[in-house]
Amino acid sequence: MTDLRIVERTVENHANKITARGVQVHYGDKHALKDVDVDILDKTVTAFIGPSGCGKSTFLRCLNRMNDTVATARVKGDIRIDGVDIYDRRVDPVQLRAKVGMVFQKPNPFPKSIYDNVAYGPKIHGLTRNKAEMDAVVETSLRKAALWNEVKDRLQDSGTSLSGGQQQRLCIARAVATSPEVLLMDEPCSALDPIATAQVEELIDDLRSQFSVVIVTHSMQQAARVSQRTAFFHLGHLVEYGETGNIFTNPRDPRTESYITGRIG
Amino acid sequence: MTVIAFVLLFSAACLGYVLNLSAARSLRAGGARLHSLGSFHGGFAALLVLVPTFLFVVLWLVFQAPVIDRMTMAALPPGTLDGLETGAVQLILAEIKSIAGGRIFGTPELWKLAAADHLTGLRALSANLMVGLTAALALVLLVIARRTVAPDFRARQGTEGIIKGLMIFCSTVAIFTTIGIIASLVFETMRFFQMVPWHEFLFGTTWEPQMPIRADQIAATGAFGWLPVFLGTLVITVVALVFAVPVGLLSAIYLNEFASPGFRRIAKPVLEILAGVPTVVYGFFAVLTIAPALRSFGEMTGLPIAPNTAMAAGLVMGVMLIPFISSFADDALSAVPRTLRDGALALGATRAETVMNVLFPAAIPGIVGGVLLAVSRAIGETMIVVMAAGLIAKMTVNPLDSVTTVTVQIVTLLIGDTSFDSPKTLAAFALGFMLFVVTLGINVLALGIVRKYREVYD
Amino acid sequence: MTDLSLQSGARPVDWTSDQAGLRVRKRKAAETRLKLVGLSAIAVAFAMLGLLLWSLVSTGWQAFRQTHVTIEVTYAQEFITPGNLARSNYRGLLEATMLELVPGATDGRRVAAILSNGAQFAVRDRIVADPSLLGRTATLRVPVSDPYDQLWKGLIDRTTPEQNRRLKNDEIAAFDALVAKGLVSSPFNWALLGNADSRFPEQAGLKGALWGSFYALLTCFLLAFPIGIGAAIYLEEFAPKNRVSDFIEVNINNLAAVPSVVFGLLALAVFLGWFGMGRSIPFVGGLTLALMTLPTIIIATRAALKAVPPSIREAALGVGASRQQVVFHHVLPLAMPGILTGTIIGLAQALGETAPLLLIGMNAFVTAAPGTPFDPSTALPTQIFIWADSPERGFVSRTSAAILVLLGFLVMMNALAIYLRNRFERRW
Repeated sequence: MTDLRIVERTVENHANKITARGVQVHYGDKHALKDVDVDILDKTVTAFIGPSGCGKSTFLRCLNRMNDTVATARVKGDIRIDGVDIYDRRVDPVQLRAKVGMVFQKPNPFPKSIYDNVAYGPKIHGLTRNKAEMDAVVETSLRKAALWNEVKDRLQDSGTSLSGGQQQRLCIARAVATSPEVLLMDEPCSALDPIATAQVEELIDDLRSQFSVVIVTHSMQQAARVSQRTAFFHLGHLVEYGETGNIFTNPRDPRTESYITGRIG
Repeated sequence: MTVIAFVLLFSAACLGYVLNLSAARSLRAGGARLHSLGSFHGGFAALLVLVPTFLFVVLWLVFQAPVIDRMTMAALPPGTLDGLETGAVQLILAEIKSIAGGRIFGTPELWKLAAADHLTGLRALSANLMVGLTAALALVLLVIARRTVAPDFRARQGTEGIIKGLMIFCSTVAIFTTIGIIASLVFETMRFFQMVPWHEFLFGTTWEPQMPIRADQIAATGAFGWLPVFLGTLVITVVALVFAVPVGLLSAIYLNEFASPGFRRIAKPVLEILAGVPTVVYGFFAVLTIAPALRSFGEMTGLPIAPNTAMAAGLVMGVMLIPFISSFADDALSAVPRTLRDGALALGATRAETVMNVLFPAAIPGIVGGVLLAVSRAIGETMIVVMAAGLIAKMTVNPLDSVTTVTVQIVTLLIGDTSFDSPKTLAAFALGFMLFVVTLGINVLALGIVRKYREVYD
Repeated sequence: MTDLSLQSGARPVDWTSDQAGLRVRKRKAAETRLKLVGLSAIAVAFAMLGLLLWSLVSTGWQAFRQTHVTIEVTYAQEFITPGNLARSNYRGLLEATMLELVPGATDGRRVAAILSNGAQFAVRDRIVADPSLLGRTATLRVPVSDPYDQLWKGLIDRTTPEQNRRLKNDEIAAFDALVAKGLVSSPFNWALLGNADSRFPEQAGLKGALWGSFYALLTCFLLAFPIGIGAAIYLEEFAPKNRVSDFIEVNINNLAAVPSVVFGLLALAVFLGWFGMGRSIPFVGGLTLALMTLPTIIIATRAALKAVPPSIREAALGVGASRQQVVFHHVLPLAMPGILTGTIIGLAQALGETAPLLLIGMNAFVTAAPGTPFDPSTALPTQIFIWADSPERGFVSRTSAAILVLLGFLVMMNALAIYLRNRFERRW
């Protein structure tokens, strides 16, 4: 693994966006996440890496309370976004999810038009007052997702008619449309071909200027390419967390080293 | 008036929607940041008005008729109904109602005319009262709903809460139906057992329900033994299964193993047609074609075939069950893992040997479950036997003879006028109760077998 | 069956020997036998279906025609009371007309019996509609009574000895005279669809039954469809997986297998007995059918909801849709074709359901079509049952015809369901 290309990055001192302390997750009897403490910075791409079943996706889904939709899941601990406990009773998960957007492993556009896909979030949250505003939101979101030029002439086509890479960028546009502050990406490139992957990765780097991006990935190359900070999960534990360059070149924990050199995972 | 009440409540709901929506919009135009979309404020108001008012109107409609009847009868001159049977009382009520409806036959007594006037008055009063109360209720709810509109009011949660409540209510309808079935059957059966001892019903071997029509013969001993009726049901069921099980199974085996895809694509839907034919059609088919054919066959061969022979009803019921059994068997055979089939074929077994020695034994539990469900269907099947089987209960197992069944007796006893206090009517409910218990037992057993079997391969 | 296990002994098997060949041939023969038996089982099933359809069509097709006689009626003063057209002596008028038509006839009542009992009303209605006909002549085509209808359709064997025949020689001769004059015709039997029930086969029609079934199915749909969908959505998308939801599920599955006659008992005891609803009312019938159809719709809806991939739900949740918004904006519209297919199949079953309707008295003899769902009426299947039980010969073919009408509706409903499934159902 010596050919890892570590991009030149300036790690600025951004404020903490998300603070997690002592997070435990149980799925039924299974203890999926054990005592995770993490601080995620604003305007930074944070990558979660680790072998399958290590809890990285589970943790990601805690950040917008998607685990609430799994009947057997129980989440303990303290997760704060901008100092607000998101598991507080008074927090409405619905509004939380508008603030913390999510992109899934497989592109999952609604079987509706491209326009409606992007407009859906703003519509249900009442973010626009009229059609013109909505048009503007759709256009900006598609531009942010670097998809506008490809679809501007066929906004009424079905979202499912796009190619895989375009679909995933549509999903990113959809997530961006509600003006989230955090963008969660659960292996966003795993179903894409290399070219589409490159496009999405480029996009992720652009998105960093506006959002705090958290990305779960199986590919260490990808983590190295797009992220500034990396967290390594193993068997439900957060093993190591730090600047991406350090994690890949100078891991402190032997498990991290074994993983990035390909001995476990 | 009922229409007015419904129009009233629906327009009140619409009004509530519009009022709250515009209130929310104006709040928002005033610069407030609303927790919920305006349409949720509107929807909350509409549901808040609609649900209770609708419930009120429906309950009123359901209960007004019995209450008015009772009030009318209670207002009759004292002593009029003394010593009358319930049947006679019902006749009087019916006559009063028809007078109130303007259909006067002959010259009714004055007190009946007065009662009819009273009834008409009560009905008008009830209708007016219903509309008035509906309007009042809707108004109160409208005001309450309008007051909720505020920037931080969680109208979405409120609306979704009401909708969720409605959905929970929907899913309990099935439970209420079951409770209704059990309650009505048990209740009427208990009343039946007050007239006829339960052991006579369960163990008696004579069924002559027409006897107790004469008052001095009520609950005549031995007239309500259900055994011959149940035996008749079993005879017809056995005939049906003897025909349907081999035909259904063999069809399934052929379709599953030997048929070309093209043949299968055509044959399966054609078999399904047999399942979609209404049973009253099968009943007529039995009477029109099968029974005469069996009769002439009997005359030809000298077999003593009764006119309403159990064979006719049983055979036709078998035809009805063929697709049922074949689709269950087909599913069961298809569910056997490919590896078992491949294993047998790789040994050099022919397809027939694979089916008979490997697939079939592995599919037995599923097939047994299907056959049991078919049995429960045959026992509960009504129209075929009502039209094609006999009415007289006999302790016989001869399928050429005429037998009667539980469902035939239920229908025969209840067709025409029914009053809820003769053992004749109540006997039908007792039979229905037994039918329910037997079929439920078989169904539970069958579903249990099917489920257990699925778990093995899943 | 042939032994599957290969011989385990050390003796090598000679696969080319005659014995081995014989064994293989025997096993192949067994396979052919099984194939043949299976094929003949299917043939038996098909034959039964064919026999069923053939016996219905062969008896039923004739009921779609009705024998009519064209008569010229002179509204003579001696029979008509001008002030009271509704209650004049039309029977006498018809007897006179027929005496004139049939040469050599002496008994007016006997020749007038050729015409249907309804003929006098047709004659009456004509003059009531146009009072200027008084004293003039009008040409009418009226149905003949059942025995003559049978005779014209060839269902009465003229070679039967007279005493065993429903029509005597002079009656046949009188009818033949009308035939010879070219007055007898058999046009399409519009009365079968346009008339309500009647004691006279030639006048009996399905209008009442069709409206009764329509109102009952409408009630059934309006109740079972929303309630079924509501229940299915709750159970599939919202209900916590616990004992209560398990119990509801088991309950629904068992309810689907309860014999239909038991639902009739429920309706009789609860709707008629406790709530005092009226007998023979399509609304009550629809209520009962709704309870029976509910499990079918719930099960179909749950299957359709399950078929919508979870990724759609996650996508909507991810942008902050509430769980109800997820269901009502995304999942339900995608599941709708499957739900509609299941609903239509459930309604088709309900349309053919007879026993529960019998128990709530929808086998009443009603000679007018219901104007609202709350008027007494029959339904299509109960009408079939009534006609099948009627002794008049003419009702046999009418029963078959009514069944053909019922089957026609069922075929249309199922075709619609199949169309919906093929056209709109999405494969994921």
